[in-house]
Amino acid sequence: MIKKFDKKDEESGSGSNPFQHLEKSAVLQEARIFNETPINPRRCLHILTKIIYLLNQGEHFGTTEATEAFFAMTRLFQSNDQTLRRMCYLTIKEMANISEDVIIVTSSLTKDMTGKEDVYRGPAIRALCRITDTTMLQAIERYMKQAIVDKVPSVSSSALVSSLHMVKMSFDVVKRWVNEAQEAASSDNIMVQYHALGLLYHLRKNDRLAVTKMLNKFTKSGLKSPFAYCMMIRIASKLLEETEGGHDSPLFDFIESCLRNKHEMVVYEAASAIVHMPNCTARELAPAVSVLQLFCSSPKAALRYAAVRTLNKVAMKHPSAVTACNLDLENLITDSNRSIATLAITTLLKTGSESSVDRLMKQISSFVSEISDEFKVVVVQAISALCQKYPRKHSVMMNFLSNMLRDDGGFEYKRAIVDCIISIIEENPESKETGLAHLCEFIEDCEHTVLATKILHLLGKEGPRTPTPSKYIRFIFNRVVLESEAVRAAAVSALAKFGAQNDDLLPSVLVLMKRCMMDSDDEVRDRATFYMNVLQQKQKALNAAYIFNGLSVSVPGLEKSLHQYTLEPSEKPFDMKTVPLATAPITEQKTEIAPVATSKLPEKLAPSRQDIYQEQLAAIPEFKGLGPLFKSSEPVQLTEAETEYVVRCIKHTFANHMIFQFDCTNTLNDQLLQRVLVQMEPSEAYEVLNYVPAPSLPYSQPSSCYSLVRLPEDDPTAVSCTFSCTMKYLVRDCDPNTGEPDDDGYDDEYVLEDLEVTVADHIQKVLKPNFGAAWDEIGDDNEKEETFALATVRTLDEAVNNIISFLGMQPCERSDKVPENKNSHVLFLAGVFRGGHDVLVRARLALADGVTMQVTVRSTDENVVDVILASVG
Amino acid sequence: MEEPSLYTVKAVFILDNDGNRLLSKYYDPELYPSMKEQKNFELNVFNKTHKADNEIAFLEGMTIVYKSSIDLFFYVVGSAQENELMLMAVLNCLFESVSQMLRKNVEKRTLLDNMDGVFLVVDEIIDGGVILESDPQQVIEKVNYRVRDCVEEQISLCNELTVFVSCV
Repeated sequence: MIKKFDKKDEESGSGSNPFQHLEKSAVLQEARIFNETPINPRRCLHILTKIIYLLNQGEHFGTTEATEAFFAMTRLFQSNDQTLRRMCYLTIKEMANISEDVIIVTSSLTKDMTGKEDVYRGPAIRALCRITDTTMLQAIERYMKQAIVDKVPSVSSSALVSSLHMVKMSFDVVKRWVNEAQEAASSDNIMVQYHALGLLYHLRKNDRLAVTKMLNKFTKSGLKSPFAYCMMIRIASKLLEETEGGHDSPLFDFIESCLRNKHEMVVYEAASAIVHMPNCTARELAPAVSVLQLFCSSPKAALRYAAVRTLNKVAMKHPSAVTACNLDLENLITDSNRSIATLAITTLLKTGSESSVDRLMKQISSFVSEISDEFKVVVVQAISALCQKYPRKHSVMMNFLSNMLRDDGGFEYKRAIVDCIISIIEENPESKETGLAHLCEFIEDCEHTVLATKILHLLGKEGPRTPTPSKYIRFIFNRVVLESEAVRAAAVSALAKFGAQNDDLLPSVLVLMKRCMMDSDDEVRDRATFYMNVLQQKQKALNAAYIFNGLSVSVPGLEKSLHQYTLEPSEKPFDMKTVPLATAPITEQKTEIAPVATSKLPEKLAPSRQDIYQEQLAAIPEFKGLGPLFKSSEPVQLTEAETEYVVRCIKHTFANHMIFQFDCTNTLNDQLLQRVLVQMEPSEAYEVLNYVPAPSLPYSQPSSCYSLVRLPEDDPTAVSCTFSCTMKYLVRDCDPNTGEPDDDGYDDEYVLEDLEVTVADHIQKVLKPNFGAAWDEIGDDNEKEETFALATVRTLDEAVNNIISFLGMQPCERSDKVPENKNSHVLFLAGVFRGGHDVLVRARLALADGVTMQVTVRSTDENVVDVILASVG
Repeated sequence: MEEPSLYTVKAVFILDNDGNRLLSKYYDPELYPSMKEQKNFELNVFNKTHKADNEIAFLEGMTIVYKSSIDLFFYVVGSAQENELMLMAVLNCLFESVSQMLRKNVEKRTLLDNMDGVFLVVDEIIDGGVILESDPQQVIEKVNYRVRDCVEEQISLCNELTVFVSCV
């Protein structure tokens, strides 16, 4: 056979592949010579290579034929040819999952692993561990321990890496080898150091104290391996993130000191770690940025790429920190590696001045078709950021984006463009019509359902309020005729909004609706029928409630409430007010600029934070029968940072009660706290009904205790209250090393900061996409108006932010953004008051000496109006 | 934030100048589990990289460093968050080791003639995604590939010596 192959190869020239026409059956046939005596190492080697090559090409081997070849191969252990033996190890690893009874080679491998031939020992360990399970691992445990501390680096490394692979499967066994790994970490060999560090970290990663100690030790002893340094930097920044450690921590100092390491790899790792830390100040960033700046002029493409990619990230948050590198980045915009050029340009777009925008955009257009989708997304994100910074440039950008929208590209790319156009439309009212026109053109030929429905939704929201709404109807109705069910349904909803807003379009919309009622899909028909009936009533309030501003309840909450309702037969109709509201309306918030490549996973509908709290609280028997959770506040810190005990409070509001959840952490390793509760003394007529203590609070394991408070029923306007809080508990001293507590303890207490309940705790944010319609819907039955002078406030922005955070309501129609150089502004706020009463606030602000504010409040409940006005005053 | 770990390399592969796979190892079972996905990925990478020797690329959410020689392309793949220089260290080690082993003839025919050696080199550099060795000199010593003939010579030399000594 071999001869035949050789001959063919000679004929077909030197570039051909001797393995090209391999037949699996022929190779397996050849494998029979493994059984011949004496063994011919050269031929056997050639056949093993062919087998591995075939496996590597994805050739499928049946269990029987694989097992047969595997058993024949075991005979080759009799040969002392080094390469042949090494190829046997490879075959064992490749066939471990295909062949049966691979453990037959255990004894041969154990022999090689403990034998005299150092070249065999490391590879034999790795092959052996590949075929070993937990029970067999215990049998070779003694050898593994010896191998880890072996003085031959390749043996030690092989044992450490194999142990690491087995941590997943046999954690409890490998855990016993910590001392050996510890010894290996002080080896002189750099790879052994690195592997030992990796194994030690994996074994200890759930014990933060042990990791900290290990890191301290290694940072002092000074490892030599650059890989190990990179690993330590990662561990250190992970620890910093978990402990929310300040940047004065020794861990931060360590990372910063690595900026002066002699290996570029380590310097880059450290710079990257600093850049990715949350809340870095410009001063802390500066040294990292300056090493990245140096890398920008490196002859190595990978280093330039790494540097400019990281600088691009810095520029997203701190553009001013990167301006110092502008010259270096300018040199990179013509880099032959287009990825580097793109990153350099997009970084410059973030840091450069308005005047350079046109030039840079022209440069990008020259090669945008050459770069991969991933980088096109980066370009779009840069444009998006630019539009926010220089709103006047929106026409240039819009043009550029519409051209990109016409080019070929994947979903992520198109989505980024659409998101960017939408955000430009929202920021710049004057670009609305051009933007909508581009999007209309795009949905005419759009293969992505998600994008088409998103654009239709936007058209429904914005289209009716443009000067010529009628021109959008054609684009929308085309979708009803041509597209899939989901798009058709979205188109119907968009049409309804045109009919509701524009009386002169209503007759035509009704005609189109009638046609949609004959659609083949039931969802489309249902929507059309529903809208048809609502529109025919011609009532503004109905339109507002059912067409413009949809439901604002939490979907998982609604599902749960409905399920509950079907379980308990009742005469009463289902009450929508018992359903928890959706928290954090995301639709009108700015789309966050995602860093490259994190967007690979599809978005899942995760339960909101409040849904999780609802579950947790419902599991506590003391809190039965309070009704649905209305609102959970952001955590409030009740202790200073770095005190003995760290306590923060989350306020949960129900219809007539509040639950205060105290998340406590004990930072003393020589104490165990038990029966921990927070005693509360209210300043007003609030009544503390019940305390649920945390049974035990060991060192550094957070635990929660709760207080249940009844809100004053007779005085609905008493919405604010101050509680003085004291944490009470039983202390048991314990051994800091073992955590073993003393038998008896003593009572103690710890005074916490006061806790405030304010009006914002009683109001849940609700987004009304069409505020005007909602305003008319509630009507002026309970309207009240009052004027206030805010003497201490100097700007409109400040006034707007103060009101929003004070009332805890949702700004609508983007009215939280005060246009520049204006001295008057109207702020629209929407929310639901505890008990399910809609409340809307319109605040007219005028800037003179200080800010004058005229507040108009409408609500379905008169008391609520009084509460709001009273608390604003 | 990603869990710090030693699993640096997601995949490594060597392609010929038509984008055909000569050798390829995937270390993350979640990344392209099927052969079809793997070959698609390799082809996509090849199409985007073979025209210009740019050293580094970013495709399908992966950082890819690469190097070519005559009719061969060497690729090392890591996650988007991976330190690009670590991946470069692996690539350089792979290329240097192969180059030394093949006496600088880094081209398809020589590589295929010594495929067993190439398999062993990759096995010594990366183990299950962990960087096992990054110094080409060490790799060459451990693989000990070309030395086979020399060993036989030494043995025969030894035998002759013994004969010589016993004669004396």
